Amino acid sequence: MSLLDFARGPALEWSLLIMVFGIFWRLVGTFLFKGQVYLSKPKGTRFVAAGLRTIATRSWPDERLERTIRFQHYSGYLFHITLFIVIFLFEPHIEFFKWLLGFSWPGLPTNAVTFAAAVTVATLIALGIRRATNPIMKSITNADDWLSWLVTIGPVVTGMMAFAHQNIGIRYEDLLGIHILSVCLLFIWIPFGKLMHMFLLFPGRYQIGEKFEFRGVRA
Amino acid sequence: MASNMTLGESLRRRGVSRRGFLKFCAATASMMALPPGSVPALAAALEKARRPSVIWLSFQECTGCAESITRADAPTLEGLIFDYISLDYQHTLMAAAGDAAEAAREAAMHENAGKYLVIVDGSIPVKDDGIYSTIAGMTNLQILKDTAKDAAAIISLGSCAAFGGIPKANPNPTGAVAVSDIVKDKPIINVPGCPPIPVVITGVIAQYLAFGTLPELDVHGRPKAFFGQNIHDRCYRRPFYERGLFAETFDDEGAKAGWCLWKLGCKGPITYNACAVTKWNFGTSFPIQAGHGCIGCSEPDFWDKGGFYEPLAAGTYAPGAGLVSAAAVGVAVGVGSAVLARNSQKALHKEGA
Repeated sequence: MSLLDFARGPALEWSLLIMVFGIFWRLVGTFLFKGQVYLSKPKGTRFVAAGLRTIATRSWPDERLERTIRFQHYSGYLFHITLFIVIFLFEPHIEFFKWLLGFSWPGLPTNAVTFAAAVTVATLIALGIRRATNPIMKSITNADDWLSWLVTIGPVVTGMMAFAHQNIGIRYEDLLGIHILSVCLLFIWIPFGKLMHMFLLFPGRYQIGEKFEFRGVRA
Repeated sequence: MASNMTLGESLRRRGVSRRGFLKFCAATASMMALPPGSVPALAAALEKARRPSVIWLSFQECTGCAESITRADAPTLEGLIFDYISLDYQHTLMAAAGDAAEAAREAAMHENAGKYLVIVDGSIPVKDDGIYSTIAGMTNLQILKDTAKDAAAIISLGSCAAFGGIPKANPNPTGAVAVSDIVKDKPIINVPGCPPIPVVITGVIAQYLAFGTLPELDVHGRPKAFFGQNIHDRCYRRPFYERGLFAETFDDEGAKAGWCLWKLGCKGPITYNACAVTKWNFGTSFPIQAGHGCIGCSEPDFWDKGGFYEPLAAGTYAPGAGLVSAAAVGVAVGVGSAVLARNSQKALHKEGA
């Protein structure tokens, strides 16, 4: 069995099974978990509106903090947008989703996706350097952050290497196998680390808004 | 039997001009990625080359490889080169049969010990002592070991001989293996393909005749000159891949416009062969040009690499049921976790109260 056969077969199968199992475990466990019980009377009444408002307000920087977090905020947006392009608008990736989900959508030309991938890698490196050097970021960073950074940048880099295999001098099928294996690592890590924010980010912000409404705080 | 006539003498007797011979040498050198300066050396060496004895063994095969090499609707110089070798044993082409055929093989082996070439097409069954394919009462396994013993080199012709091919495909009922799984002490050149490209084998034989050496091989034992680049990198449809223009079905507008066949399962990106360069039928066309994706027939285990019509981005298994089961187990464990957590919360509240 070649590296690519292993990657497209057992590795992909088991990593997807672990990811799906883990995501459902954490989502169901989290949503069914009974939160903090407040014994006082609620001070607000519009809980849904407050939850939705907090999702929106937390999605751009507070004007009082804008100057200090500008770089992190906008490079974060840039990274997520370009990563979205790479994952969901590259034709080979769309074919993967078609195989997995049974439906597909239009993609972008390869050159456009390659540019997006380069921006993704550059932004991730810049954010990584900031995380490693900024005292505040350093103090709130743990192994989970670095592992999540690594399994995210890994597939993008290996994917670009596979695309440029002629210049690198490594056989395409080997690089494609390594790329798929790096994606398998990402799949396995998604439910168990901070990458789970892709599912919990907005529910979390909603919940914060709801709780603040309960206490009569506008946020 | 191998004669003492040189190639130059043989070609002149057949009416091939010096100019025609040099053109063949130039084309062969070009195909084999030899420098232009090597053409005179190739011509001089081929001119003086002696007729080698070749024993062609056909095992678990469909005769497609022999068809590929021998079918020609016009005589070519490659054909003459091929005629030039002393083909002392080949089931399909030889006139002798039965004991006489086997005697010819044994005589060729005896008279040319250490110098003859062996061409093998077809895989070798080894399960149950190799009884699933026999010739003249001998298993393919016995014949191969016996014939390879005094060979100068072996050419595994076609994917079955090179890698086990279709007979080795899951579930491999005969225990089929490649030549290289059995013969370990002889130089082996794999010329895979289902079937292989005729010009590749004539190129390999021409190099052996001219220089007495075998070509540089890749990781799978294939001549780098022909198997050094993948089909995708040499495909004339590659620009459409870069632009994201793909045929979605075999008869849609994209297919009619000649767009890339990657989405239709083309295995060109992981297949190393010369199809896109030399093409087939005297350079007329090749599968992708004819509108069908490459099936990767020159790669090991090509039959078991997932569906021919599944793109490379797809896994090689059906994901549906497994993922639904994983989700169901995840939900069950999630519910269980939540129940345990709530019970802990209740207990804490009671303690607090």
